[in-house]
Amino acid sequence: MGNESVSKDLVLEAIQVSKEVSSPEGSLTILSDVSFRIVAGESVAVVGPSGAGKSTLLALLAGLDLPTRGHVVLNGANLSELDEDGRAGVRADSVGFVFQSFHLVPSLNALENVMLPLELAGKSDARTAARVIIEQVGLKDRWSHYPSQLSGGEKQRVAIARAFATEPAVLFADEPTGNLDAGTGANIMELMFNLNRSSRTTLVLVTHDISLAERCDRILSLDAGRLVSDSEAAA
Amino acid sequence: MKAVAFALRTFGRELRSGEVLVLLAAVGLAVGALTAVGFLTDRIGKAVARQANEVLAADLRLRSQEPVPAAWSELAAGYGLDTAETMSFPSVVFAGDNSALASINAISEGYPLRGTVRVADQLFGEQREVEGIPESGEVWADGTLLARVGADIGDVLSVGELDLRVSAVLTYRPDQSIGFASLAPSLLMNAADISRSGLIGEGSRVSYALLVAGDEGAVTAFNEAIQDKLPESVRIRSQEESSERAYNAADRAQRFLSLTAVMSLLLSAVAVAMSARRFAHRRMDTVALMKSLGATQGFVIAVALIQLMLLGVLGVVVGSIAGFAAEELLSRILVDLIASDLPNPGLRPVVLASGSAMVLLLGFALPALIQLRNTPPLRVLRHDAMPPPPSRLLVSGLSLAAVAALLYGSVGDPRMLVILIGGIMVIAGALYLVGRGLVALIGRFRSGVGVAWRYGLANVARRGRASAVQVVAFGLGLTVLLLLTLVRTDLLEGWRQTLDADAPNHFLINIQPDEVNAVGAFFEKNGVKVPRFTPLVRARMTTINGTSVKDREYPNDDGRWLANREANLSWTAEMSPSNELLQGEWWPADYDGPPLVSIEEESAINAGLKIGDRLKFFVAGQQVEAGIASIRKVNWDSFQPNFFIVLSPGALDGMPTTYISSMKIEDDQQSMLVDLVRSYPSISVIDLGAILEQVRGIIEKASLAVQAVFVFTLAAGVAVLFAAVQSTIDERRFESAMLRALGARRRTVFFGVMAEFAALGVAAGILASAGASILAAVVAVQLFQLPYEFNPLLWVIGLTAGVLLVCISGFFAARGAINAAPADVLRMAT
Ligand SMILES: Nc1ncnc2c1ncn2[C@@H]1O[C@H](COP(=O)(O)OP(=O)(O)OP(=O)(O)O)[C@@H](O)[C@H]1O
Ligand SMILES: [Mg+2]
Repeated sequence: MGNESVSKDLVLEAIQVSKEVSSPEGSLTILSDVSFRIVAGESVAVVGPSGAGKSTLLALLAGLDLPTRGHVVLNGANLSELDEDGRAGVRADSVGFVFQSFHLVPSLNALENVMLPLELAGKSDARTAARVIIEQVGLKDRWSHYPSQLSGGEKQRVAIARAFATEPAVLFADEPTGNLDAGTGANIMELMFNLNRSSRTTLVLVTHDISLAERCDRILSLDAGRLVSDSEAAA
Repeated sequence: MKAVAFALRTFGRELRSGEVLVLLAAVGLAVGALTAVGFLTDRIGKAVARQANEVLAADLRLRSQEPVPAAWSELAAGYGLDTAETMSFPSVVFAGDNSALASINAISEGYPLRGTVRVADQLFGEQREVEGIPESGEVWADGTLLARVGADIGDVLSVGELDLRVSAVLTYRPDQSIGFASLAPSLLMNAADISRSGLIGEGSRVSYALLVAGDEGAVTAFNEAIQDKLPESVRIRSQEESSERAYNAADRAQRFLSLTAVMSLLLSAVAVAMSARRFAHRRMDTVALMKSLGATQGFVIAVALIQLMLLGVLGVVVGSIAGFAAEELLSRILVDLIASDLPNPGLRPVVLASGSAMVLLLGFALPALIQLRNTPPLRVLRHDAMPPPPSRLLVSGLSLAAVAALLYGSVGDPRMLVILIGGIMVIAGALYLVGRGLVALIGRFRSGVGVAWRYGLANVARRGRASAVQVVAFGLGLTVLLLLTLVRTDLLEGWRQTLDADAPNHFLINIQPDEVNAVGAFFEKNGVKVPRFTPLVRARMTTINGTSVKDREYPNDDGRWLANREANLSWTAEMSPSNELLQGEWWPADYDGPPLVSIEEESAINAGLKIGDRLKFFVAGQQVEAGIASIRKVNWDSFQPNFFIVLSPGALDGMPTTYISSMKIEDDQQSMLVDLVRSYPSISVIDLGAILEQVRGIIEKASLAVQAVFVFTLAAGVAVLFAAVQSTIDERRFESAMLRALGARRRTVFFGVMAEFAALGVAAGILASAGASILAAVVAVQLFQLPYEFNPLLWVIGLTAGVLLVCISGFFAARGAINAAPADVLRMAT
């Protein structure tokens, strides 16, 4: 989907997004009135203290959950107007994920894990495409291994391969190095930025790591559910 | 298509996970038990029906006072049935100057259509089965008859105008109990000789019968077709009271087999439900991930359904193999019992079993899996995001419907089902409440014990709900196992009493009143326990409450027949020990008032008789009228002389009376019977040995079958235990890795886990013992009509079994968790 000729195209837009949950102590506001626009090819870091609402925001942007108020428009689709299967369709077409805890399917081997989103999106040559990308993340010899046979760093490589396999319009990553040691984490991030650059994917990266955030085109800071700064707006 | 590919691809590895194996085992066990039990009950039922028919020497027996019209046998032949004819009548047989009354049975080619005739080659000698009928010009004569006229094999007997050579000693004919009342020893001759004998003519008392046998459906069709053509005097019999013993034993065996199958099924259902829940729970993360990658709800459901179907197919394969293996084994053990010449059930059990497996899975596994569809994709980011629990109505409705559907096929007895399912449900509810109580109680003990125990007991209490559920699962499994063991033991015990080695194997009939003392002395001299002599008076019932028995209305034909036939009456001061008083009162031992009568329960029902009704009998020119004082149940299993109609002492004084008696005569004492019948020529000896042997064989084999099928239930019980332990395994794995990471030794972790299981086992044992005691009482009394006695040993067994079973299966199921290496904690994220 990533289309370089229209790189200034709007790919993700949050319009006054709020999220409230009901708790025993009454209604709790996790996000309030968050608005921003992200264009194709941009890399955006979401930073903020623990509990600020970063993961919540990511879930809303990817349509994993729906905002209480406001809208998210992803690749031209207003997520609030879609039902669950509709949002799943949007994700299949234009979203990739990398998680802190790797979330591989334990009953599929590395290659099959990578093939999964390709097949869900109805791609015909899933196996070939998956082989190519698994080679790119440096797991050529380990494609037949199951997640339980891989180290944390290797699992995350598989997850990254899986995320890029469909060449998504937007890649969401929630603290992708949170479960890895510094060295491995740096390697993984290197891999991600490289792939992002070569495939012109839009990247939304939630991280605690300021040096990582600074490598992105733009930084969104959240605190207590509010967007407190946007480096682009500031610049 | 994508869903199929995905389902297939992941299925192989899913199979290696514990809960899928338990799920598979549960389905397989249910299928296996159903297949084996279905096969057995079918075969046993058919075999018993055959045995009953053997007593008729046919499937149907049409008896008539007139010669059987050729049209009847032609009609039977039209249905493709085999036929044979018999003529029976009393006649005096001569050997030289000696003569004796014999019951002549002239039989046509093909007799008997069911069962076999047995003969011996010398008087009271070893018997063997024979095919065919006596050649024209020959007879097979009862040993008593030969002894009475002083003849032996090879001698010639004069029967009417014929001289017939004795070619064998008749020891058994299948239909010998029919016409029992003719009292005289039998003689079998070829029907072809009859016309030349001059025995049949005006006024001769001949009873004709057409025997019919063949394919079940054809017999039924013939039976219906011939009904309209029959005159009043013809009576069709398709079963006989004398086979009631075999029926009783087989009926109980079938009930028990069905009960066992139901229990295996219910246990499997519990195991399926538990492992399916865990199966679904384990897949939740994957489903959330799939959804985050863009999978639709339809895809998720399709994958779950396809895998469920695959599991079902695998379960059916595994179960059918187990079922067929069991069948094969059982049919080898039970060769004589299960009528091996019946058509093979073929694929029917497999089809039935597949259906059952699918119903089981749909009813018990589907709700949990359907719920997967609602897993929020948000779960990939927030692990506590769960689908809403499935509606209770859906879950209980589906599972009840499944149970009903499954049991409808395998158990025909709705009353038994209601009792069982109701009982199990009440007990499950009670178990859960008491289980929670016990779990809370266990938590209190932890301050006074060592570290391993404290850890174990604390775990029981901390996992309150889960522990209670496990206690219920263990408890239910144990309850069922204890119940079956108990009922089985009671059953076998009841049967064994029936099979008392001292059960009489000979009947003496036609003992004259003045011979009673001498015959008693004869037995005493020969070392046989002196039997009880029971008087017998032959009579006809004339009126019931003043209405002629011919004009009266009866609830059914058996009742009409009972009232209209010649009746055997007896009298006694004390009720026979093999009888049980149901209504009214038994007369006092020294009673000498106006005549009273006691009626057997079924006869009373069939003939519509009640306490206070007045029966009039006609005995050798005299009338006796008696009021019904009591109604009895008769235990026909006892092999004691028993009567439908018994009068009070004195009621039949002065009437022509003979005595009958039964006794046990060992094989090596048989020769004294020759002396007996020579000294007392009027007495007839009837050898019950063959019948007894058959009954004994059936019972012994039926109990073997019961025990074999019981194995399935045991295995299903263990599957439940496994499923219960499995449901906490992830938690356990994590905990023991944690504990070991914190420095606990493997031993300590091991003892801690075992302490937890032991505590759960004790709780389950207590509940199961209580549950089984209550249920067993209900089942024994309600279903098997056996007395129930409280058995304190049950509690010892229940507790021991509880602790052992839970600890052992817990050990195997949780072994991996206990051995989890500390480093595993770090490797758990996938
Ligand atoms: N469904 C919910 N119910 C109750 N509270 C919730 C729910 N979802 C999120 N929260 C709360 O909202 C706040 C924001 O959560 P979120 O996971 O978005 O934080 P975060 O910025 O990702 O933090 P971290 O850096 O620790 O991952 C937290 O306080 C969290 O407990
Ligand atoms: Mg977070």
